Amino acid sequence: MSDPRAPSPKPAPSGADAAAFFRERFGVDERALSRVLGSALERRVDGADLFFEYGVQDSVALEEGIVKSGDRHVEQGVGVRVVAGERQGYAHSDDITVESLELAAATARTISEGSGPAPPVAVRPAPPGRDLYPVATAPTDVPVAHKVRLLEEIDRYARARDPRVVQVMASVVAQQRHVLVATHDGASVGDLRPLVRLNVQVIAQDAAGRRRELGYQGMGGRYELERLLEPAAWRPLVDEAVRIALLNLEAVPCPAGAMDVVLGPGWPGILLHEAIGHGLEGDFNRKKTSAFADRLGQRVAAPGVTVVDDGTLPGRRGSLNVDDEGTPSQRTVLIEDGVLVGYLQDRLNARLMGVRPTGNGRRESYAHLPMPRMTNTFMLAGSDDPQEIVRSVSRGLYAVSFGGGQVDITSGKFVFSASEAYKIEDGRIGAPVKGATLIGNGPDVLTRVSRIGHDLALDQGVGTCGKDGQSVPVGVGLPTIRVDGLTVGGTET
Amino acid sequence: MSAATLAGEEAVARAVRKALDAGAHSVDAALSEGDSFEARVRDREIDYVKQARERVLGIRAFVAGPGGLRTAITSTSDLAPDTIDRMAAETVALARATAPDPAAGLPEDGFAGELPDLGLLAPEDRNVSVEARIEEARRAEAAARALDRRITNSEGSQVGSGFRRATYASSAGFAGSYESASHSLYCEPLAREGEAMQRDYWMTAARRLGALEDAGAVGRRAAERALRRLGARPVATCEVPVIFEPLVARSLLGQLAGCISGSAVYRDATFLKDRLGDAIASELVTVIDDGRLPGGLGSRPFDGEGLPTRRNVIVEAGRLRSWLLDSYTARKLGLHSTGNASRGAAGAPGPGPTNLWLEPGRIGPEEIVRRTGRGLLVTELIGMGFNPVTGDYSRGAAGLWIEDGKPVHAVEEITIAGNLGDMLAAIDLVGSDLVWIGAIAAPTLRVARMTVAGR
Repeated sequence: MSDPRAPSPKPAPSGADAAAFFRERFGVDERALSRVLGSALERRVDGADLFFEYGVQDSVALEEGIVKSGDRHVEQGVGVRVVAGERQGYAHSDDITVESLELAAATARTISEGSGPAPPVAVRPAPPGRDLYPVATAPTDVPVAHKVRLLEEIDRYARARDPRVVQVMASVVAQQRHVLVATHDGASVGDLRPLVRLNVQVIAQDAAGRRRELGYQGMGGRYELERLLEPAAWRPLVDEAVRIALLNLEAVPCPAGAMDVVLGPGWPGILLHEAIGHGLEGDFNRKKTSAFADRLGQRVAAPGVTVVDDGTLPGRRGSLNVDDEGTPSQRTVLIEDGVLVGYLQDRLNARLMGVRPTGNGRRESYAHLPMPRMTNTFMLAGSDDPQEIVRSVSRGLYAVSFGGGQVDITSGKFVFSASEAYKIEDGRIGAPVKGATLIGNGPDVLTRVSRIGHDLALDQGVGTCGKDGQSVPVGVGLPTIRVDGLTVGGTET
Repeated sequence: MSAATLAGEEAVARAVRKALDAGAHSVDAALSEGDSFEARVRDREIDYVKQARERVLGIRAFVAGPGGLRTAITSTSDLAPDTIDRMAAETVALARATAPDPAAGLPEDGFAGELPDLGLLAPEDRNVSVEARIEEARRAEAAARALDRRITNSEGSQVGSGFRRATYASSAGFAGSYESASHSLYCEPLAREGEAMQRDYWMTAARRLGALEDAGAVGRRAAERALRRLGARPVATCEVPVIFEPLVARSLLGQLAGCISGSAVYRDATFLKDRLGDAIASELVTVIDDGRLPGGLGSRPFDGEGLPTRRNVIVEAGRLRSWLLDSYTARKLGLHSTGNASRGAAGAPGPGPTNLWLEPGRIGPEEIVRRTGRGLLVTELIGMGFNPVTGDYSRGAAGLWIEDGKPVHAVEEITIAGNLGDMLAAIDLVGSDLVWIGAIAAPTLRVARMTVAGR
């Protein structure tokens, strides 16, 4: 199959284009924004904002050797928020008209009891800022035929790798979101957010037909979809998925109990996300429901451990030009040389805690209230040699890939599940073990980091974080580290 | 601009007609329209109030190809006639880019006839006032705080009410619609003793406001659950009987549902793939899926493809009797749909449970603890450590340690591990306490032996 329609070259879109998009498509100009914000402020409130969204997502999926289905979804809507003290009123609608905006503003402001004069609001477009993820062609404008061809090639390639590969499932997902935030202080900021992702999952079966195992790999980010179409990009991904499935055919039951664990570089950074990242979000600390509340300035990690959240990395899945409240994203140091130095803030929690917002106010869509969320969270590199770190462990676990994790921010207990791990015996990497869950205590796990490698790597762009029912794309990163005495949830006692 | 938008029946009928005009072999359209609000109270004050109006139209079109049909699905929330026309044509164009699949297509026959009233909405609940529901949230939080002075903080108490209308039409000749409501109340207090903090929750959810548990009772129960977690510590690694409380036992049933879904079966992606008709669980285990349970949170008169929902015995005294199937997976497996096509308006239909539960036994949960000399009572599970292809299971857990048939202290920072197949076979006690907080429910269950990893 081929598609003769080559995408026509277009100038790189920008945040200003997002504003123009809403003005042209829905008639939402600066005057309309000013009027609605003024109406939202008709009672005694501390602020108001509007969040417009128009997003297109398409995906094609392959299984059993064919692309059976394509899908395309258009999501549009607006959310109006009014804030008074700690209270928030929120109304959203999928109807982007000035009339429905006025109605939503009236609903949202009911959380305020006192009435006051409505101050005049004059919304002005913000000057164009940086663009961390310019794309010449929106991922959703890349012809479907190109995506179909990619998946068919992946299927053939994966099956040719090994006869034990019995099932290949692959999908390519493309997204393009226009957002526009207008706030009561007159700012109006737009952002155009591309997001792409390629998923490859294989099932391998041993020659006797007795064991079947999964192997999964994915990659993505805020960049051109064409990058995924390059064999140099997807072949290593498929190789990895096949390798992991075949490796799991040989996996032995995992040991159970407390032991020293070496985490490989990259995606195992999910440890940071679960163990400390959520606990450092401003809302939980303002409410003092986090195990990290009131611990600024205290030692929460071993010397040498520095953890940052950085929304400004070009093209990364967790990056943002501006957050969903219009605040530019930034690099925030959370732990510096083992000492807790920062929390992640949105506007509401920053105001109530008397600090500055950190550009971490995020929401899943216009249908959700923003909250403090992570962007790309990682530990800075140390100086240890990764191989030497493995050799330093006499009996333990070497975990290089994970499925997912979860945390109870109040008790501080977190888990994450290994999808590729090995026994370490006398400093040597031994047999692969079946998926095991690792569990620990967030406030003290980083105090037990005894080695930090020089090999910091970021993940390949597949992370999705869930909080309070809202999902947002995130990134993580880690150098090889050794953690002493982590509980491994296997079956072998 | 969408000044004129179409009403439900008109919108789906237009989508079907326009897709056929654009060259579709067959088509169906599903529309979901809803109004909802939710609110949270925290520290006696309103934390947020949220109101929403949403609608999504999903169009699925099939285009004839050599040896099968090509498929595409699109969705939009813009119901202007010209948008619907454009989406219908785009769906057909997108379908042409996919491969023909011999199993693809609408159900041929057997569509739902007269639609029963399943008690999914009480008309008087439409007059529910946001203030009255916020008052319930306040009462729940206040009851939690009043129970014990160690309840010092709260993640809040949340209420929500939603009303939805689902409308469906297909070129196979079926059209139908139904209305439903759901109401909920959730309370999550924090208990503190010294430096240690613990949270837990309790909730109630129903189709009718009158069927919700009393707000004060929800708050007290949530507080009791948080309080009993104080003083938690790990235990030494061991193999012991493990008791799952109803709120965590239902997660096992959710995992089972994924493993008996037709889509996992035809992909060979479930450890149960060749086991239809076999004993896959202990004789004490009977699992029912019933889409017509009166007032059930998973009830609906017809499924996502217009087929009537029904009662399916999934596991009968330990024996696997049925998969969960929609028309596609049924064709793939040479069987008939079980009326389990589940469909959000935006996505493709796929097999999923309706109301799925494990039949309760005769003994109370206290008696199960009493009969367990030494073991673990699990009250919360975290993490995603389950592999449906192999059944391997390993999750983070919190709960209570049992000695001499009595809870002696709270436990945390441990994992429980095994294999779902072995766990189902090793269920040796089933409680009488079936608890519904969603569309999947289970009573207290005891698994004779699992590995607990701790210190």
